[in-house]
This record gives sequence, C-alpha cells and structure tokens, in this order.
Amino acid sequence: MRSLRSRLAPYWLALPGGMWLAIFFVVPMFFMLSLSLQTGDTLNGYQQTFHWSTYSDVLSGYHVQFVRSIIYAVIVTSLALLISYPMAYWIAFRAGRHKSTFLFLILLPFFVSFVIRTLSWQFILADNGIVMGPLKDLHLLPQDFHVLATSFAVICGLTYNFLPFMVLPLYVSLERIDHRLVEAAHDLYAGRFAAFRRVVLPLSLPGVFAGVLITFVPVASDYVNATILGGTHTTMIGNIVQTLYLTNNDYPAASALSFTLMGALLLGIFAYARALGTEDVMQTAAAR
Amino acid sequence: MKRGRLLGAYTGLVIAYLCLPIFVMILFGFNDTKGRYNFTWQGFTLSWYRHLFDIGGLTDALVNSLTIAVFATILSVVLGTTLGLAIGRYRFRGKAGLDLMLFAQIATPEIVLGASLLSLFISLGVPRGYVTILVAHVMFCIPFVAITVQARVVGLDRSLEEAALDLGATPLVTFRKVTLPLIMPAVLAGGLLSFALSIDDFVTTSFNAGQTSTFPLWVYGASRIGVPPQVNVMGTLIFVVGVGFAVVTAFSNRQTRGGREVGAR
Amino acid sequence: MDRLDPRDTPSAALVDPAWLRGLTERRLSRRDVLRLAGMGGGAMVASSALAACGVSGGKAKKTATSFWDGKKVKGSLVFANWPLYMDKAHGTHPSLDLFEKQSGIKVTYKEDVQEIPSFYGKIEPELAAGQATGYDLIVITNGVYLDKMKAANWLIPLDHTQLPNFNKHAGPAIKDPTYDPGNKYTAPWQSGITGIGWNPKYVKEPISSFEDLLNPKYKGKIGMFADNADLPNLAILGNGVTPEDSTPDDWNKAADVLKKQRRLVRKYYEQDYIGPLSKGDIWISMAWSGDIFQANLSDPGLDLQFVVPDEGGLIWTDNMCIPVHSSAPVDALKLIDFYYDPEHAAMLTEWVNYITPVPDCKAVIEQQAADTKGKDRIYLNELAKSPLIFPTDAMTSKIHDYRVLTASEEKQWNSIFEPIYQG
Repeated sequence: MRSLRSRLAPYWLALPGGMWLAIFFVVPMFFMLSLSLQTGDTLNGYQQTFHWSTYSDVLSGYHVQFVRSIIYAVIVTSLALLISYPMAYWIAFRAGRHKSTFLFLILLPFFVSFVIRTLSWQFILADNGIVMGPLKDLHLLPQDFHVLATSFAVICGLTYNFLPFMVLPLYVSLERIDHRLVEAAHDLYAGRFAAFRRVVLPLSLPGVFAGVLITFVPVASDYVNATILGGTHTTMIGNIVQTLYLTNNDYPAASALSFTLMGALLLGIFAYARALGTEDVMQTAAAR
Repeated sequence: MKRGRLLGAYTGLVIAYLCLPIFVMILFGFNDTKGRYNFTWQGFTLSWYRHLFDIGGLTDALVNSLTIAVFATILSVVLGTTLGLAIGRYRFRGKAGLDLMLFAQIATPEIVLGASLLSLFISLGVPRGYVTILVAHVMFCIPFVAITVQARVVGLDRSLEEAALDLGATPLVTFRKVTLPLIMPAVLAGGLLSFALSIDDFVTTSFNAGQTSTFPLWVYGASRIGVPPQVNVMGTLIFVVGVGFAVVTAFSNRQTRGGREVGAR
Repeated sequence: MDRLDPRDTPSAALVDPAWLRGLTERRLSRRDVLRLAGMGGGAMVASSALAACGVSGGKAKKTATSFWDGKKVKGSLVFANWPLYMDKAHGTHPSLDLFEKQSGIKVTYKEDVQEIPSFYGKIEPELAAGQATGYDLIVITNGVYLDKMKAANWLIPLDHTQLPNFNKHAGPAIKDPTYDPGNKYTAPWQSGITGIGWNPKYVKEPISSFEDLLNPKYKGKIGMFADNADLPNLAILGNGVTPEDSTPDDWNKAADVLKKQRRLVRKYYEQDYIGPLSKGDIWISMAWSGDIFQANLSDPGLDLQFVVPDEGGLIWTDNMCIPVHSSAPVDALKLIDFYYDPEHAAMLTEWVNYITPVPDCKAVIEQQAADTKGKDRIYLNELAKSPLIFPTDAMTSKIHDYRVLTASEEKQWNSIFEPIYQG
C-alpha cells in the first residue's frame, strides 16, 4: 500500500505543473504548426490545406530581417561576453565579501520595467538629448549627426538589456573554480596569463556556453529595441512576426515564421546542449 | 594587485552604465514638465507624486499588472514547487520527458511562446484578456520555480525526512514540517523571480492581452505620443519597493542562515 | 420586424433577435471549423463544415430600425479613441464629464487606437469569431479598414431618429460622404489634413512642396508614415497625379520616388512622429494638421509649422461607429449626438484643433472669444479664423480624398507600397 503510494507520488506531484506546461506550451506548438499550414483569412475562416509553401514564401519574403536578427544577435552576444567576462572574473575572484553586493547591483536594472529602460535609452541617445545636445552645441558633432534610428542604437540597447543575462552564468561558473587550482598553476611556474588560459578559462566554459545561450535566444527574437531605438533599416524578425500576428492577422505566415525562428534556434541550442549536457546548462540558467 | 584595481574600476563603470537609465527614470519623475513631452529638465516638482493616479488608464493597467503578478506567483509557486520536487527527488518514467519540456520551454524565444499560445486561443475561439494573460504568465513562470526548487532538493539530506517518517509522521506532515521548511529558500526565490518576470513581461503579454492593458503594455503604447511623468513615478516606486524587499529578504536570510542550512549538504 | 432587402437570401431575412442569434451561430460554426482545422481534422471535414454553415449568410443587410426596436440605455459605455483626441483639463476630460453629468451614462474612455491597421488587427479576430470587442463606440478613419468592417456587417447601422443634433448641426461637407452614403454607419468625430510638418529650429527655409521631403540636405532627419493610405497617396500627389484618378502605373511611379527617398528617411512612423519632431530627432515629416497645433499648445516655446504642400494634401475623416455586439448601443448613440451640439463640439475643437464636423461651433468660439480677454481671446480668435479648422475654399481646392480601392486593386496596391515601410 505504502509502496504503491510512494511509487505514484512523483506522478501526483508532477501532474498539475506538467499538465499546465503540456496544455499551454506543448499543445500550442501543434496548433501553431497546424495554423502555419492553413489557408484563408480572418473573415472567412481558415482551412487546413497543408500549404507548405507558406514556409518558402515567408523565408523568401523576410530573409533579410532573419539574417539581420542573427547578425545582431551574434554581435550583441559577443559584446556582452567581452564586457561581462572581466567583470564576472573580478567579482568572483577579487570582490571578497562584497560579492553579493556587486551581483545585486548588476541585477538592479531588473527592478525597472524592460520597456521603461529601453525608453530611457531613447531619451539618453536623443539627437539633441543630454549626451548629444551639448556636443552639438560645442560643434564637436555636426547638427545632423544621430545615433537613434541606426543599427548601432539597436545593438547598444540590446547589449544593455541583456548584459545581466550574460554576467550571472559567467559569475556562477567562475565562482565555482577552486582557487587552489590557480595557485597550483602559479606554483608550477605558469605566468598569470598562462594560468588564466590553461586553468580559469577552460573551467569557466560552461558559464560561457550558458551565458551565450540565454543571451542569444532572446536577442535574436527581440522586437522592442528595434521598435523604440531603430529606424528604416533595423527591422528584426520579431517585428515581422509581431506585425503579421497582431496587425495583419495573417496567421499562417506569422506561425510559419515563428516556427522557423524557433526551429532554427532550438536546433542550434540542442546541438549545443548535446555537446555540454543539458543538466549543466539548465542549472546555470536557473542560477540567474 | 594593479590589475585587480583596474578591473574593479572597470566593474564600477559597467555598473554605472547599467544604472544610468534607472537614474534617468527616477530623475524625470521629479521634472516639472509643462507640456506633453517629458524630455527636458524644467525644474523640480513633487506634483507627479501627488497626481500619481490621475491617469485612469495607467492606474487600471498598473492594478492589472499587480494582481496578475500576485496570482501568477501563487499559482506558479504551487505548480512549480511540486513539479520541482518530483523531478528533483524521484526517478520515474516520463522524467526525461519532463526535463526536456522544461529545458525546451526555457530555451524557446518568448515571442514564440506568446505566438503559439495565441495560436491556441485563436484556434479554439478563446477571447483574449485578463485570464489568458494570467495563463501565459503561469506557463512561463513554472519552469523557473521548478528548476530552482529542483536544484535545492537535489542537495537535500533525505535522512531528516526518513527520520520523521520512521517516527510515525504521515507523509503530509513530513512534507509540511520537514521538507517544506528545507526547500523554503528555493520556493521563495522562485516566487520572487516569478513575480518579477510577471510584472515586467511585455512580449508574451502583448500577444495574449486582447483589449486588457498591463503596465508595460500601457507604457509602450504611450511612448508613441509621449510618456507622462506618472510612468516614471510608478517605475520609481516599483523599483524602490522591489529593491527594498530584496534587501530585507537578503538580510533576514543571512541572519537565519545558521538554522536553515542544516538540511543542505 | 419588416422584411429587409429583397436581394437577401431568405435565411438572412431575420428580425432583430434572430439576427443576433444568427451572428452567434455564425461564431459557433466558425469556431468549430477552426477547431477541426486546428486539430488537423483534415481539409475535407473543415471545408464541408464551412460549406454547411453558410458563412456568407452573416453578410445580410439590415435596416436600422429593426435593430433599435426596444433597445434601452445601459448606463455605461466603453469608448475607444485615438490618443490626444479629447479635451483635457487637470487630468480629466471636461466634455466627457459633462456628458456623464447630463446623461447619467458612465464613460470608460480608452486611448486604444494608436494606428488604424493595428487597432483593426486587434478587433478583427474577435469580430470574425462573433465575439464582443469590449468597445461600444470606436473611432475609425475612412479607408480600407472601415470598408471592410462595413462589408462584413461588423457595424451597427445608426438610428438617425435618435440623432437630432447630428441632423441639425452636422456640416454639409461631412454629411452623406462617399465612403458611407447617408451616414448609415458612421458619424464623423473630426477630420484632418495630411501634409508636411517641420521644426523651424532646424529647418531654416520655408517648406512648401513635397519635394522638400526628398531633399538630401535632410538625410536622416526626414519622417514618413508607415501606412498604406497617407504615404502612397501623398506620394502620388507629389508626382502631380490626383489619387482618385491614379492608375497602377502612377502607383509604381510614386513607389519609385519613395524607394529612392528611403535612404534619406530616418523612420517610418505610426502615430509617434510628433515627439521626435518636437525634440529635433527629425526636422521635417509627413504630419497631421491637428497634431502640430496640439504639440505647440502643450509645449510652450515650441513653434512647429504645418503646410499643405503645393502639390496637394489629403483629407481624412475619423468616424465614430458602433461595433456589433456592443452592449450599450443606445448609450453610444447618445454620446455621438452629444458631440454634435455646437457647444460641446467647441469644447473639443478648442483642444484638438482638427476640422470639426460641426461648423456651427465657429459661432460659439467667436462668442467665447468676445467674452474673454488677453491670451485666451487671441487664441480663440485665431482658432475661429484658422483654415485648418474651418477650411476655406482655397484650402479645399488643395486637398484630396484617398484613392478608393477595389479588393483586387488593394492587393496590388499593398504589394507595391508595403515593402517600402516594412523594411
């Protein structure tokens, strides 16, 4: 009796949460897949016609934005990694008992709404705003110089917004490194750089991988930064998905596009996770 | 040590960069702006704090955001904790599938989460609104709670629970008196995270909101014609309360750590 | 309870309650279709289900009276309008407050219309599914989206017997418009002109022509609209062609101009160009007349300029209409009629500075000007004289209507112009 109950226990425990995710995460994927193969319009309803060519249509129609999003995501992820690593390293190895204070400071932006933060940058970078205005008044910049509405502004905004996503996993993996290993390297006459390259860097790689993962995915599919900070040539794939779904109500094209987006990203991620082991990535991801 | 100091200064700089927009937000909540556009400094005023709730739509949106965040936190903490216990403690058929589902959910871009859920609602003719926002928020919060709890459960010493069971406690009593206190820090952390994710969510919400507005949606809409200073004030208050809460939690955790950490390996 | 348009199918000749039931049935059937299709139930099942339930039945024409028989005031309504389109003082809307006081009807006023395509995109799925939109009164600009809503029978025909002020005070220019003969479904809220706005702080020479929007001097400082009405039509005018007479050939020529201009354009804006124009992020932009005035009004010292280009500007009308399944249609009618009282129309005009559908409010404004002194008096006098609010003949000769598109033309039109602003 008791053994049966305890054998069933995990199922009872997992059931409610598992069902919620199954119904509102897994099942919708099938609906989206189905919708992407239908034809019709909102007025007359949609019918399942297994119209696969919607996929080739959206790819040929929106490959520019697709490629642009990937390029932005690569740039932003690299920038975030370059900016974050030295900082995470310093906090993990040198900040001593103030570690958690510094981590907390890095998390401060999360207490302010994402939209407000992005709008703040729009304000800061405005053509005659607090940064550019004085420079223009001093004639250090031409009157028509602008940062907003350029790729640069969008990349800056994305890097800013997703930087903490990169710092935390990096910090977690660096913090786990046993200092004695580094000391041992020094004892074996490794220079500071060699010790870093041969000991610290390899041991922090899981953090790098996790950081890249949880930065790249949201950046590639973001549309808020491109809308608020972007211009004529900065439309990202997220903008298109959003417009197709919510403005044009072209559900088949919209679903096909977001399915393609997810497919492309998941494929990359699973290849990644395989090389690494899911558990590690998940645990580091959870640490944020 | 020179390198350490240099890197320290660098860290300080990056943190300043991270906090700059927050500073701007707080500052312009005090701006005595006359017109519709709150973008040049025109003097100090507290009037936006006095007239905080003057904009009906904004207040409604904030109330929606807060209540949705509370409900989403409660639901996802309950569902996520039990799920986390299951996958952290037991080996059972289907566990690998659950792990995969959790991982896939976290790895899926938010826009796809929102879009696929919208596809479901459209296909079934479910009108979008408050309830669908709540459903979506619970959906994306569960994995974070589950994984946080799982990580804690894995590190727990089982002998405490076994002892309780041996002493004749029912499984339910054991859970309430032994297991729950042990995993409480993780449950709290998961709950805080859920609240933060929910109250700030823009993307998934915008797909499933229908005509219902939340604080981020309202601000985004208003940004097209000029964000009123009340938004800065509300943002500031949320910030202050959030930071205050986190600091208090951190300190009380530190003080009770001795007692709490017994069960952890 | 009378028989309706003889062209309608028998099944459509329904009386009021049955009509509503018909709409409900249509929803259920479509929902079933979608569910079947959604579950991968196969094209056969889906299409036969679709054929069986006769979706086209929902498109029958109804006379106004059958719907309105026995309808009563509910006591509250939800009104969706564009932002900054209502008089405002100390955080409240005086004219709406007055309406609430006079009628006892509580108004929930929502500034949910940021832009017509996205607003339409928001309510379309609900309307198509036969669900209430949550709005009892909405403001929609004339154009393809209004046409679609009319064609799909998503608007409740207005009962003109309950609109005494409209009948008495609505201006001849807005009565019986081509897009809605007899004002069957719509009553104008305000009209406006699409032209060019500029910030004289940065643009030193006077702007007068569409060509100014193509000047490389303003590279990165030019704003255009991200829409398929104003942007194409203004460009067609810029090429010297009247939109109403334009052919697909003219459309392509206009698109070529816009494509060449693209590298100069900072951004294709929705409603959000006015902030950047005020801040100097853009210097010159396509603009709506009233926005420029409001911006100047709400930001002391700002001196934005507006001009109807020599080649011509566009006139549009934002219309109040009642979406189907409104839970408070009578309340909505009362609100519509309220704003056709010249006193109330004047309250609006003094704040929003667009073309009023109630010319009689000019006398009210002049009277108020005579009764006040100082800055208010100057302002009100200027208002009463402004051709952008009470258009003169010289002005009307320069403004044109949008090109009206048939369904097949619309596809071609969109495929020509959408890529320009969707970049």
